[in-house]
Amino acid sequence: MAKPKPIFRRGLQVGLICLSVFAFLGAGDDSARFNNLGHRLMCVCGCNYVLLECNHVGCPYSDRMRSELAANVDRGDSDDRTLQTFVEKYGPAVLLAPTTKGFNRVAWIMPFLALALGLLTTIFIVLAWKKKPIQTAPGGVLPVSGVDLEHFRTQARKDTEL
Amino acid sequence: MSQIGSFALLLGLALSAYSFLAGALALARPGPGSERLGETARRAGIATFALVFLAAVVLVTSAFQDDFSIAYIYHHSNRDLPAPYKFATLWSGQEGSLLFWSLLLAAYGLVLRLRHKTDTRLFAYASVVIAAVQIFFLLLLNFAAHPFALMTGTLPADGAGLNPLLQYPEMVIHPPMLYLGYVGFTVPFAFALGALIMRYPGEKWIRITRRWTMVTWAFLTCGVFLGAHWAYSVLGWGGYWGWDPVENASLMPWLTGTAFLHSVMMQEKRGMLKMWNMWLIFATFWLAILGTFLTRSGIISSVHAFAQSSIGGWFKWFLLVTLVAFAFFFFKNKSHLRSEHKLESLISRESSFLFNNLLLLLACFTVLWGTWFPLISAYVQGNKVTVGPPFYNKVAIPVALLLLLLTAVGPLLAWRKTSIESLRRNFMWPALGALAVGILMIVLGVRPWNDIAYFYALMAAMLAALVALTVTSEFIRGARVISRHTGQSLPAAMVHLWHRNTRRYGGYIVHFGVAVVIIGILGTPFNQDKEKEMGYGDKMTIGPYTLVCQSYTQDDNPNYSNEWAIINVFKGDREITTMYPERRFYKASQQPQTLPRIRSTVKEDLYLTYEGLNETTGRPIIKAHLNPLVMWIWVGVLIMIGGTVLALIPNAVPMRVAAPARIETAPAGAGD
Repeated sequence: MAKPKPIFRRGLQVGLICLSVFAFLGAGDDSARFNNLGHRLMCVCGCNYVLLECNHVGCPYSDRMRSELAANVDRGDSDDRTLQTFVEKYGPAVLLAPTTKGFNRVAWIMPFLALALGLLTTIFIVLAWKKKPIQTAPGGVLPVSGVDLEHFRTQARKDTEL
Repeated sequence: MSQIGSFALLLGLALSAYSFLAGALALARPGPGSERLGETARRAGIATFALVFLAAVVLVTSAFQDDFSIAYIYHHSNRDLPAPYKFATLWSGQEGSLLFWSLLLAAYGLVLRLRHKTDTRLFAYASVVIAAVQIFFLLLLNFAAHPFALMTGTLPADGAGLNPLLQYPEMVIHPPMLYLGYVGFTVPFAFALGALIMRYPGEKWIRITRRWTMVTWAFLTCGVFLGAHWAYSVLGWGGYWGWDPVENASLMPWLTGTAFLHSVMMQEKRGMLKMWNMWLIFATFWLAILGTFLTRSGIISSVHAFAQSSIGGWFKWFLLVTLVAFAFFFFKNKSHLRSEHKLESLISRESSFLFNNLLLLLACFTVLWGTWFPLISAYVQGNKVTVGPPFYNKVAIPVALLLLLLTAVGPLLAWRKTSIESLRRNFMWPALGALAVGILMIVLGVRPWNDIAYFYALMAAMLAALVALTVTSEFIRGARVISRHTGQSLPAAMVHLWHRNTRRYGGYIVHFGVAVVIIGILGTPFNQDKEKEMGYGDKMTIGPYTLVCQSYTQDDNPNYSNEWAIINVFKGDREITTMYPERRFYKASQQPQTLPRIRSTVKEDLYLTYEGLNETTGRPIIKAHLNPLVMWIWVGVLIMIGGTVLALIPNAVPMRVAAPARIETAPAGAGD
């Protein structure tokens, strides 16, 4: 394989450096973390809204929970620690998605299991169809007429219609 | 008045029971008198419509007359409620909704029974199935959720009022659309079950029900997206889809219905997937009932907790009975549903439909699983967990992207077999176009390696472009051939092309609409929001907009009192509009309601909500959202509905054409 020209290599290196700069821009931003965590928690007042989206007048929970979340983020608690604190205080229903521990893992596994089963079934059906023998008359193809011919004509029209 | 309504419902039940029993007897024992018996059953079905319609008219009239002696009217209306909402009272609560369900079913039944001459026997079977479903809803209305139940004790002077969330213009059309979709799937299901029971020869029943299915699907699509638009315009959280159980309930039959619309073409054209289609249309009907059950039973907590009661048991039994009855007839007659053809190639329209069905069903299963998992968890672990947007986004988005890929590739595949060379030839330019869109997005600042949401957005943009370009190239290729042969201009040739096979090209327009909707959805990861207490002259900046609070004030009318802010919106130095985010307090129901104000452009929506007054300072708190590309969603839905309408129009010319023209016109995906 021919070696790339030096100028091309240098261009590639510069490009990669630029990309990595872009990639790490904004990482670790507190407000981004607050926003991210706030969208993984639910307001527990019974409104069924995401914590940061609850806008009920006089909601007894959302303001307090937001303040607690902000305090956790300011303290520098990790995401897991912060979420765990909320679970301990408000119960597991405060998390907007099931955890990946214990029985809750089933919630995540089932869709992928269904995909695998569905895929296997589809492949099985496709293979079964492909193996299905084409029925031909012994001793060669017989001429068709009448109803059979009309059947073939109809099918041909369906297959070739615009 | 209420007695007339009650009597109409009771008589309606008796007549639908007669329609079912006499119709079934006439079909089961063909004899000299069976035709006349069947005819009486048909007429009883028609009369059922008249009676249910009468009951609905009585309920609506009672709402307009402020007849608070009827408990339903007391709970869902009040004297100062504006007239359109008094009309919408019919579907604002549980009993009324069930009456509305029953009315729509009776209306569909009426059309079906009037058109019985198309195929008398098949229509008679379908009529019996519809009568059976009608009996269930009329039983509910008469004995479990009576809309004409009377108040006891002293009559109240005024009603409790309509739920504030429902006092929005879209609520006058969203539920009817959704219900037309839900109920409408009963018709293709009734035909399918009828065809199964009578071992109907051929696929004519599919052609008969094709329009029913497409119209129903269009209504459901409209209903689902009107619901999303209502949530966006009323709930005030800045989004349009929250994966709420009731939203999910409407999505599930839509997914299976979409799968059915595709796979039924395989049955119609190739005599394949007959058993699958039976189950698919049953599942769609069943999920529509399940959706009504979820909405009405209160078994799963939801932001749509408008009507909760104890009618869940009735629905459970009905769901069980329909499952058993369908399974019985399926296993009894499944030998009739053998496939007529085999799959000839993996690269074919047939296999693309198979995978399309697999993905749609997987999406449906994911939504069903996520909706029910809190209950399963409560049963197994003793505590309810929440299954919200993070779960669905992780699981459903990859499935949606794969579906989008199939939407792009599917139309390029021919029935039976497609050569790699033909696929490559037709696919190359759209694929290059999609790649260019991806590169452009990265250049514009989308960093897919920073966040999985951006990665999904990039993929969605590329695939949406692929779908749009595929559809466009199919139109252009076909139109060029026509233009060459007829001398017509390219746009005229496109119209000509569509007219020659409306279903195929209408379908492509629907696909194009899906691509536009996806472009709208992919703006979500780039949403921004800010919240600020704003006194006179205070400013807040979000994206390119500067918001200046000009004033805040209060108002009052007989229905509600309200607080609102007057916000001037500037872009650069130029004032572009004034917005009035508002909060209302409805007097009759004693409930508050936030009313966001939205300024939509092709690029983004500026969405303002009045969060309330700071009690200490007395100044309003304003929340601003900047949601990119949302308008594309609503435009995409309009394109989808338009495409469906175009697909419903009959072809202008016979489809039989000389073979060479066919090869030139549609080299890849002949047929629908």
